[in-house]
Amino acid sequence: MAELHVELVAADRKVWSGAATIVVARTASGDTGIMPGHTPVLSVLESGPVTIRTTDGKTVLAAVHGGFISFADNKLSLLAEIAELADEIDITRAERALERAQAELDAHAERRAEVRLFAARGLKAA
Amino acid sequence: MGAQLRVYKRRIRSVTATKKITKAMEMISASRIVKAQRAVAASTPYADELTRAVTAVATRSNAKHPLTTENPQAKTAAVLLITADRGLAGGYSTNAIKQATVLSARLRAEGKDVVTYIIGRKGVQYYGFRNLTVAESWTGFSDKPTYGDAKLVASTLIEAFTTQAVDELHLVSTKFESMLTQTAVEARLLPLKLDEVQLSDESQAKHEIFPLYDFEPSAEGVLDALLPRYVESRIYNALLQSAASEHAARRRAMKSATDNAQELIKSLTRLANSARQAEITQEISEIIGGANALADANAGSE
Repeated sequence: MAELHVELVAADRKVWSGAATIVVARTASGDTGIMPGHTPVLSVLESGPVTIRTTDGKTVLAAVHGGFISFADNKLSLLAEIAELADEIDITRAERALERAQAELDAHAERRAEVRLFAARGLKAA
Repeated sequence: MGAQLRVYKRRIRSVTATKKITKAMEMISASRIVKAQRAVAASTPYADELTRAVTAVATRSNAKHPLTTENPQAKTAAVLLITADRGLAGGYSTNAIKQATVLSARLRAEGKDVVTYIIGRKGVQYYGFRNLTVAESWTGFSDKPTYGDAKLVASTLIEAFTTQAVDELHLVSTKFESMLTQTAVEARLLPLKLDEVQLSDESQAKHEIFPLYDFEPSAEGVLDALLPRYVESRIYNALLQSAASEHAARRRAMKSATDNAQELIKSLTRLANSARQAEITQEISEIIGGANALADANAGSE
């Protein structure tokens, strides 16, 4: 089966790397799915969840905030200022952050908290 | 115990206490260098990928961006100086400050006004003591910088640049070359020269051949998002390198302080020993003298 090599890198560490069959990420122009053999692309990421389906059928979910995605030669780089894998996210903390952001009407913080919760809960449901 | 000997003993005790402290600081710094170096290594994948992407956009499109446009009549230049928050690190902060002073003098000679931004308490103290103006300063994270800190600094500087309050941005930081060598370096951050973009291993990113990327939403849009990140990542890297250098400089300073204390203890012990022996000799000669005098007196009376 065709596969692509994925590197999910945050500003201060390498978060995840490995082989995958499809990666779905939220770009500036909407959700984009990238499969092996995609045309080379470089686009800006929105704050949103990233879904990586690995070659052994598992799903890796991560919350990323600000960054970009570049794909060439079957190598996909996801760069984010902040990236967290779903199982690293503390749900209660994210919920608290969401409440705080709603109280302070901070749209960016609210979005970040929502994305985190989505990624963390998505993993639980799956 | 004689007065002389007591003074020596007291000094030896105080030097021993100092030695214990400097030894402890040396060990702490040694362990922090390793951590700081690991942080530098952990940030390189991001920096390299980012550099590659910026170069790809620059070579595959001729998009113009405010952050790369050179102002031919540059009037003001900003200098960002990275120093330490704490002292006892040998010449670490002094070297960076000196480099910044030289750079500022050169920029002034080119007819530009210099605006100074400072990271680290030592630099702030230096400029404050000499009544030099500082546009903005940040303190409290010099030994353990996070990406958030770099972002904060970068956003202020990028804003100053895009509002054309400053026409150039120079960065003075300390490069961690090895455990023994750290050098103060300066680099021009803005406007960016895309053909000088370098990867972490110093090879020119330009030599790679880039595929024909599709840019989404557009080359300009991508550049818009990438370039501020690139500046942030450069500042973050400089902060991490400087932190590692600070720890290395402190370790070396504390090592020589410990060695010096050891040397001092050795010579003081020698002095104390000879003072003790002089005392004993004196006592013996006093006793013998006394005994002789008694013997002479007795001999006379018989």
